[in-house]
Amino acid sequence: MMIEIERLWQALNDVPDPELPVVSLVELGIVRDVQVTAGKIVVTITPTFSGCPAHYAMQDAICDRLRQVTDAAIEIMTTYSPPWSSDWITDTAREKLRAFGIAPAPRHGGNVMLLEAVTCPNCGSANTVLRNPFGPTPCRMIYTCNDCRQPFEAFKPL
Amino acid sequence: MTNELHNALADYLLALADDELILGHRDSEWCGHAPILEEDIAFANIALDEIGHAGVWYRLVADLRDERPETYPDQLIYFREMADYRSAPLVELPKGDWALTMLRQYLFDALESVRLERLAASAYPPLAEADAKIRTEELYHLRHTTAWVRRLGLGTEESRRRMQAALETLWPYALQMIEQPSAELVEAGYVPAEDDLRHAWEDMVIPHLQDSGLDVPHQTILPPFDRQRHTEHLSALLDEMQSVARLIPDARW
Repeated sequence: MMIEIERLWQALNDVPDPELPVVSLVELGIVRDVQVTAGKIVVTITPTFSGCPAHYAMQDAICDRLRQVTDAAIEIMTTYSPPWSSDWITDTAREKLRAFGIAPAPRHGGNVMLLEAVTCPNCGSANTVLRNPFGPTPCRMIYTCNDCRQPFEAFKPL
Repeated sequence: MTNELHNALADYLLALADDELILGHRDSEWCGHAPILEEDIAFANIALDEIGHAGVWYRLVADLRDERPETYPDQLIYFREMADYRSAPLVELPKGDWALTMLRQYLFDALESVRLERLAASAYPPLAEADAKIRTEELYHLRHTTAWVRRLGLGTEESRRRMQAALETLWPYALQMIEQPSAELVEAGYVPAEDDLRHAWEDMVIPHLQDSGLDVPHQTILPPFDRQRHTEHLSALLDEMQSVARLIPDARW
């Protein structure tokens, strides 16, 4: 039976990030490629951070979802090249993150500026201050907004 | 690539990986114990990053040795004997106080940063690719530890005293970390030469330590260093790190 790549991508579109369930692994740019070779499905993914503890949970979630649409053998490959970039997060995913309370990383075009001003996802103010460049997951930092006085998390530019 | 070059590169990368793993484990010992909550979070993240970077290097070693990259790191980490580890004393030393932890992480991050800058141009493409993955992540470490060295060095009398003591302890071990790689690796353009790395590292750390109010020790004679020998501290660390995996080797989590 022919396996339609388009259908596989559609299924993968539903796989949420285990830590940020409002966005999918496809929207975050973690799923890099889907191929069908000799009846086997090969999905290539790339971790956001090398030490991302959710990396294996993501592989399981991808397999579980694909098994709902196909009986074919599934292989998940990990690649580090090109390295994942926060620039790959789609515009829709950025809006979803903001609505969820996480400031998306500014697009940097390859030149990561660590001091870039981050806009508060709650009130939209740019009057924010970095509290900790490390957060609850490797890909997040902790900020405070000086205007609405709320702490919030921001996606790390990478 | 000749077989000899292959093996030399695998050995070089194994040493890098083991240093990252052991330092990552040491950093993780602060989880739940760091002096302030923000630093507890920071060090848990730094630990995770270093262990992740070890994983990236282990995969390259697996490729060079024709092993399966997916199962290789677990085997190496949990079932390897101490004699086969290639970590350096700097990362094996117990975590000490907060000053020692911070200073060790800074000295290590600075070395990593100058090494990664050079490995980006490695003539071995998988190494240059892995480098690109790790380099941006490391920016966050170096920036964080650079600020903390200054903060503690110029902080209170007590924080300066502890930083100076940590520097006296760590300095010879840090100098030792900058090794001469095998000549064929340097000639092939795979890895940077020792003197290049040493100068870049010293140019980065010495002015910063001085600006942070610390006296850099005058150290000319280095203790003998052999990555096949280990400090007594590694033994206790591995006992703890490997105990659960060795209890039930076939367990699935």
